[in-house]
Amino acid sequence: MKILVPIKRVVDYNVKVRPKADESGVDLNNVKMAINPFCEIAVEEAVRLKEAGSATEIIAVTVGAENTQEQLRTALALGADRAILVETDLEVEPLGISKVLKAIVEKESPNLIIMGKQAIDGDNNQTGQMLAALMNYPQATFASELKIEGENAVVTREVDGGLQTISINLPAVVTSDLRLNEPRYASLPNIMKAKQKPLEVIKSDDLGVDLNPRISTLKVSPPPEREAGIIVESVDQLVEKLKNEAKVIS
Amino acid sequence: MTALVIAEHDNKELKVSTQNTISAASKLDNDIHVLVAGSECNAVAEEAATCEGVTKVLYVDSKEYENFLAENVANLIKNVSNDYSSILAPATTNGKNYMPRVAALLDVAQISDISSVESEDTFQRPIYAGNCIATVQSSDAKKVITVRTTAFDAAAKGSNSAEILKLEEVNDAGISEFIREELAKSDRPELTAAEVVISGGRGMQNGDNFTLLEGIADKLGAAIGASRAAVDSGFVPNDYQVGQTGKIVAPNLYIAVGISGAIQHLAGMKDSKVIVAINKDEDAPIFQVADYGLVADLFTALPEMESKI
Repeated sequence: MKILVPIKRVVDYNVKVRPKADESGVDLNNVKMAINPFCEIAVEEAVRLKEAGSATEIIAVTVGAENTQEQLRTALALGADRAILVETDLEVEPLGISKVLKAIVEKESPNLIIMGKQAIDGDNNQTGQMLAALMNYPQATFASELKIEGENAVVTREVDGGLQTISINLPAVVTSDLRLNEPRYASLPNIMKAKQKPLEVIKSDDLGVDLNPRISTLKVSPPPEREAGIIVESVDQLVEKLKNEAKVIS
Repeated sequence: MTALVIAEHDNKELKVSTQNTISAASKLDNDIHVLVAGSECNAVAEEAATCEGVTKVLYVDSKEYENFLAENVANLIKNVSNDYSSILAPATTNGKNYMPRVAALLDVAQISDISSVESEDTFQRPIYAGNCIATVQSSDAKKVITVRTTAFDAAAKGSNSAEILKLEEVNDAGISEFIREELAKSDRPELTAAEVVISGGRGMQNGDNFTLLEGIADKLGAAIGASRAAVDSGFVPNDYQVGQTGKIVAPNLYIAVGISGAIQHLAGMKDSKVIVAINKDEDAPIFQVADYGLVADLFTALPEMESKI
């Protein structure tokens, strides 16, 4: 079984970003970049399936500028076998990304696509579902458990009310939630080995996919600030404040 | 033109998130239809017809919609989408699951998790865990939108009697199958709709200690939530999680207990009206967003608080 793992380069999850002073976008100067945490979980799941003998090859793919090769190398260090960069300097929306991924899926014919449920920058939560739609594949989003059973994947999903388990025909798209697994750290020898693994670069123009944006960002502003609160001295004072000042309990 | 709202329900009752979404749709269009798709969900269709602002309910009743499998629901929505200028669903795990699929089938870029409607094509939405608010304009003729329910008041229910139009739409894609569901049963209010939420974090130390929160929750009629750390540690199930990728809540009162306040957690609760933080670490970032902070050991503070409210 061949697994495709689309990944994304994003701001490191510990960074608190701010809008640019002119509100034209997000200030990403000199901030640490990393593989999106949900994508890392997706890579780990693919690697575990390979270690368990269910998968034979893992291909990591991303769409972006040249520097996204760093995150593909991270995926290779974690255990992907080879990587594909679809290079573009455009900021591509989830719909465009899913069209690029469709072209890659048609080229590589994976049996399973595992990817993060959302990227922590745009918080869109769209690409996996869109790819599944374009391929007419089933989807299992927000996965916390994934089992391959013959021609099916049995997936437990984290839903608002608890957990839901579904069975989907392969090929399919699975998107990872936080508790699908705990990703390993790449070891130094594996980081070194990753440098030798194949990384193919395809120009996005060569795929003939429409990447024109449909949504324009007019401005990016800071969220409304909360007024500074106070530190209360005791439970008595807290209860008094909640009753008489905030009037939220009676 | 007309807006189509996709109803969230459990085949028995309409969820409040539908009413929040109707309210968002009313800022786009005066003509609002609601699609109720499910199995033996006649009562839900009737309930939807009483929501203020709704002009028509499309009611589709067939076994393949019972569990909202995205493949079947997305095909259905696509089939009925022709006459609508916008399609809106609440940003629940259901809405997040099927709506991007609908958008791709229609070749439309989805606008996720809107927190305000600025005009018929311009919206605000939080990005980067709510650290920035983006104002975005869509050039697609048909808008596919998910709605941050806490940002819109619920449309009133009971005052209206819209027409209910039953449609025969069979869309079993046959590529996915529901197996089972393990849903939490609780007498407490739903986390996303509660007036008061009390959440525990890593500081709770284990799942048993959440009983300390339950006593207070019972007295305040509160829902119980948790930070990712508490869920990852197995203290409580996943449906308790409040945060960037969990549930977004905005109650009148949010009480964070033993929660340090990572960016990802703040993203899920900082629109709450009043925030209380109880933590023994006075440097915990949660105190920066709290209206009232109490630096104390939760194991003594919680029983005391329970006895005094």
